[in-house]
Amino acid sequence: MSEAVAPSIGVPAPRSVTQEAPLTRWLLIGVAVGFLGLFLLLPLAVVFTEAFAKGAGAFFASFDEPDARAAIWLTLIVAAIVVPLNAAFGLCAAWSIAKFSFPGKSVLITLIDLPFSVSPVVSGLVYVLVFGAQGLLGPFLSAHGIQVVFAIPGIVLATIFVTFPFVARELIPLMQEQGTVEEEAALTLGASGFGTFLTVTLPNIKWGLLYGVLLANARAMGEFGAVSVVSGHIRGLTNTIPLQVEILYNEYNIVSAFALASLLAGLALVTLGLKTLLEWRYADQIAGRRRH
Amino acid sequence: MLRAGLSRKGLAKALAVLAGASILLAEAAQAATALLNVSYDPTRELYRAINPAFIADWKAKTGETIEIQASHAGSGAQARAVIDGLSADVVTLALAADIDAIVNKSGKITPDWQKKLPNNAAPYTSTIVFLVRKGNPKKIKNWDDLAKAGIAVVTPNPKTSGGARWNYLAAWGYGLEKFKGDEEKTKEFVKAIYKNAPVLDTGARGSTITFAQRGLGDVLITWENEAFLASEEFGKNKFEIVVPPASILAEPPVAVVDGNVDAKGTRAVAEAYLNFLYTPTAQAIIAKNYYRPAHPEFAAKEDLKRLPKLELFTVDKVFGGWAKAQKTHFADGGVFDEIQKQDAATK
Repeated sequence: MSEAVAPSIGVPAPRSVTQEAPLTRWLLIGVAVGFLGLFLLLPLAVVFTEAFAKGAGAFFASFDEPDARAAIWLTLIVAAIVVPLNAAFGLCAAWSIAKFSFPGKSVLITLIDLPFSVSPVVSGLVYVLVFGAQGLLGPFLSAHGIQVVFAIPGIVLATIFVTFPFVARELIPLMQEQGTVEEEAALTLGASGFGTFLTVTLPNIKWGLLYGVLLANARAMGEFGAVSVVSGHIRGLTNTIPLQVEILYNEYNIVSAFALASLLAGLALVTLGLKTLLEWRYADQIAGRRRH
Repeated sequence: MLRAGLSRKGLAKALAVLAGASILLAEAAQAATALLNVSYDPTRELYRAINPAFIADWKAKTGETIEIQASHAGSGAQARAVIDGLSADVVTLALAADIDAIVNKSGKITPDWQKKLPNNAAPYTSTIVFLVRKGNPKKIKNWDDLAKAGIAVVTPNPKTSGGARWNYLAAWGYGLEKFKGDEEKTKEFVKAIYKNAPVLDTGARGSTITFAQRGLGDVLITWENEAFLASEEFGKNKFEIVVPPASILAEPPVAVVDGNVDAKGTRAVAEAYLNFLYTPTAQAIIAKNYYRPAHPEFAAKEDLKRLPKLELFTVDKVFGGWAKAQKTHFADGGVFDEIQKQDAATK
């Protein structure tokens, strides 16, 4: 690269950007691959090695523990509530942003991105400050015997917060690009509003939607920070898989900790696989790529 | 219209999942009588052993089957959670000041809680010792050795961990005795120890993991019970327990959270649970888990023999009680903050 900087007389030979010196090329590739291997593949391999350190028997016994099963169960319940809610919200948000114009639209887009920029710990604390016993709604909630934080509703709320943008972020660019022409045609031909949504809009965005749902689901199941703050860590009741992993690790129960962690790692791999499949198969239909 | 049909089916499926989830939620909410014990970090194994004994005892006495739920984290963090609404029936924390915090900030525990149970509401005591690597390569014998240059000390953060506050006060108490009551010299001494401790975990167990599992540091300052447990978990050939000639008498207290048990109607069972801790059965379990029982006569002789004899000073005698110690040393702008600030300035 030195010739680009050096003051040279005459015109330097024009060079295509793809024709770097072989050394530079291999160095760059080597750094990229080495970095990935060191920081992504190695830890992933460690998770599975540690999980099977005492054999498959110990690995499967880890899932027989009532606390572990409760954690898996809770994680599934939370995802089952959060993902459809956020899919619905994402649809509404994307729809209103892509198909209508109204004042404050850019503010709404920025707000949707908020959970990406706020630390998860802060998201958790916010719910404690609003719904906690000393919080804004605390006296009202405790007077009516409603427990939000340190119970499942708090975990659901915190998870909704951190997974907020995934579906909306997928759909907004996609729907903006598709515009309103097809919907307008359907409406002109006499279709009802909901009918138009089901037969025209939904088929157009289904792969983008699925893609967003996948990502939201992976995050919902794997969230640690925000959930940790609102959980209360009651064993067998308010511990999700990531929290249970921490507890087991702190109890010197390394095999069980990594066995549960391997569930999350497995989930990540499946998500990655499905995501790649979607991208490969329906690339043109998931035009709106994630932009963060 | 085929597509529409499919989508509707999908929608119905999603709704069914939602409905199922809410039923599950409702079920989880209305379990049988459950007692929530919010405790500090190292007592996981202790209460895991005590809970089944109490459940059996309660069933024999009343015929009622109950469930005991547990939550463990740093003592200060747990007090904070109870203040914020974690619906604990009983708290079994590392030190009185954390229960006082619940009294003052939420009013959910009556101020006279420490008078309601024997021994200042502490069913067992413990002390603070050192865990070093096998063979004690840095020759650590006493608190003085922790202040020497080149020693890496592992201890949790006194702001969040109860055990860490006992560690700090133990070092301070030793310093006071060594320097014949000179507060300034003692402060320098404790500062030198914390200068050797660059990482402060939030709880005692976190520090144990840092020292034992991650292999950081030359010495871990920790609960006696935690030191025994760690050397048992990781094999006796990896660590050694070093008992300093003098340390602090730690009294981890317990209390019923009056506001919560009255709201939930669990007062009787919560009080029975705490009283059970003083029974021969529980006292024997306590000694078995390396704590010092309030009633040594109920413990097995071989369990007691493992606990070394050393000079133990109390918070009441050296610091004028927990309320005062908390205010002087650990409150915002207290002595610990000063030490940390000066420490940061010299780095």
